[in-house]
Amino acid sequence: MILDLIAYGAFFLTTALTYAIMCLGLNVQWGQTGLFNVGVAGFVAVGAYVSALSTTPPLAGRFGGFGLPIVAGCLIAMVASGACAGLVGTITLRLRADYLAITTFGIAIAIELVALNAQSLTGGPFGIGFIPRPFGTLAPSPIVFDSANLALVAGVACLVFLAMERLARSPWGRVLRSIREDDAAAASLGKNPNRYRLQAFALGGSLMGLAGALQAHLIGFIAPDNYLPALTFQVWTMLIVGGAGSNAGAVAGAIVVWGLWSLSGLLTSLLLPGDQQARAASLQIVAIGVMLVVILLVRPRGLLGGSFRRRPPPNDGGSELDAGKLV
Amino acid sequence: MLEAQAVSKHFGGVTAVDDVSFKVAGREIAGLIGPNGAGKTTMFNLLAGSLRPTSGRIRLKSRYVETSPPYARMSCGLGRTFQIPRPFAEMTVMENVLVAARDQVGERMLPNWIVPGRVGRLERANVEKARSLIDFVKLGRLAGEPARTLSGGQRKLLEFARVLMADPEIVLLDEPAAGVNPGLLETILTRIAEINARGVTFLIVEHNMEVIARLCARVLVMVSGRILCEGKPREIAADPRVIEAYLGGAPR
Ligand SMILES: Nc1ncnc2c1ncn2[C@@H]1O[C@H](COP(=O)(O)OP(=O)(O)OP(=O)(O)O)[C@@H](O)[C@H]1O
Ligand SMILES: [Mg+2]
Repeated sequence: MILDLIAYGAFFLTTALTYAIMCLGLNVQWGQTGLFNVGVAGFVAVGAYVSALSTTPPLAGRFGGFGLPIVAGCLIAMVASGACAGLVGTITLRLRADYLAITTFGIAIAIELVALNAQSLTGGPFGIGFIPRPFGTLAPSPIVFDSANLALVAGVACLVFLAMERLARSPWGRVLRSIREDDAAAASLGKNPNRYRLQAFALGGSLMGLAGALQAHLIGFIAPDNYLPALTFQVWTMLIVGGAGSNAGAVAGAIVVWGLWSLSGLLTSLLLPGDQQARAASLQIVAIGVMLVVILLVRPRGLLGGSFRRRPPPNDGGSELDAGKLV
Repeated sequence: MLEAQAVSKHFGGVTAVDDVSFKVAGREIAGLIGPNGAGKTTMFNLLAGSLRPTSGRIRLKSRYVETSPPYARMSCGLGRTFQIPRPFAEMTVMENVLVAARDQVGERMLPNWIVPGRVGRLERANVEKARSLIDFVKLGRLAGEPARTLSGGQRKLLEFARVLMADPEIVLLDEPAAGVNPGLLETILTRIAEINARGVTFLIVEHNMEVIARLCARVLVMVSGRILCEGKPREIAADPRVIEAYLGGAPR
């Protein structure tokens, strides 16, 4: 019983940390640059499918199966998702924020439809199975298997977190913040706003791809309905709950929200009769929505809110007092 | 150094700048004056690339730049400040100035992971330079404060320090003295003169004639989108056409 609990805890944290990596990606896009990406699920899907196709053994009637090592699969996934984001960005970043949102949403849906219908490329509705798992040989002993996975994913998440922290505090991150505050002023100082936005968007996309690849290798199986808009909604909730703009907030938000998601899933499966289970799944989304509203009311800047304030700054010296009150 | 050749700018039916030509020579401080709505800020935006001229050309040193984007002007040595200051409100005074540094290794993404040592060394040198500029405009005590807490005059000073951090060869200042209290005004004026003595060219839009008289050897007068005349500040102040333009609204 205790061992099962530990194994479950490890499995839970492992999954939460893959979401944390997506959240870190969204944080550099939205939290630090203000790019409204509503297509998170699409970039995650690209990473998952690319890594799956790179690492699975060849399969008759389907593209790929290149049998590459898992590490190579993950790296190729990052490049593919990053390039995908770069392409989307090149087309849309000149657009206003709301158009970027619509475009990314549409592209994510398109990617999901490709996954569903391009059977010879993606395996169609049945997805891709037999994706190599990093510690597959340990699977018979759940506690060892889950702990090994946790150690691996925690290591990767930690590395990503440190890399993003360094970037946030670097001159690059400073230019990004300046562009977010006033891109015309930043341009007057010789910074090319669109170049930086594009970099941030591609970087965030490649992290989402990495997370997608990791999830694919942990579970060993992927299918199109892993990448519905609900995933995007989850990741956004995680970032807002944790505190947009803060990398630590992104990680904390992922763990808290995934915890609540799992708990509500557990409760509905315990409390409700079997024939109601399918409907109860939507209760989970309601629970997350309620949590989002509560956080926005109680702590609008999230649990570990970043330094970014949503209120417009006062325009002249006269309102210094008001500014003091807001902080 | 900087030359406008028959530059015009229309906004729909409004002609904000109408066939304007002038030159600014290297190392001079030139003034640009004119009544409200004359088109001075629009002219600045054309020179700095925030707006594209409807017609005409703009030469910066040896290059024609009228179609190049605003961020490319700085690499040609042109910096500008805004009529209403635009500090990065949530960033500290120090960070505001640091953003402007040119050729920072750490401004590219990868070096921050690959050669953090080099990034750090350059950053320390930049912090030192930024600190001396911040002290230079007397904001030393406020270096760690967010820019939103600054008064209007202090924001003008911050923008001045920020643009200097990029080592421009020519700076366009839009009303550097507007809304600045007399103590700070003195600081701004002496600082402009000192920087000019180090070889930086200035083009200054200003309504305060005392400021113009103290700084500028040559003044261009703009009225209703056109250059009315140019000359020494004292001649300009006595020119009946200029007086009429200021008192009587539109000329002729
Ligand atoms: N974006 C715009 N769209 C339409 N008209 C504009 C625009 N910008 C400026 N104008 C018009 O162009 C004319 C010149 O404006 P501009 O701001 O350049 O004047 P200015 O000389 O800087 O005045 P001030 O001394 O008040 O700052 C004005 O009539 C103004 O209404
Ligand atoms: Mg003006």
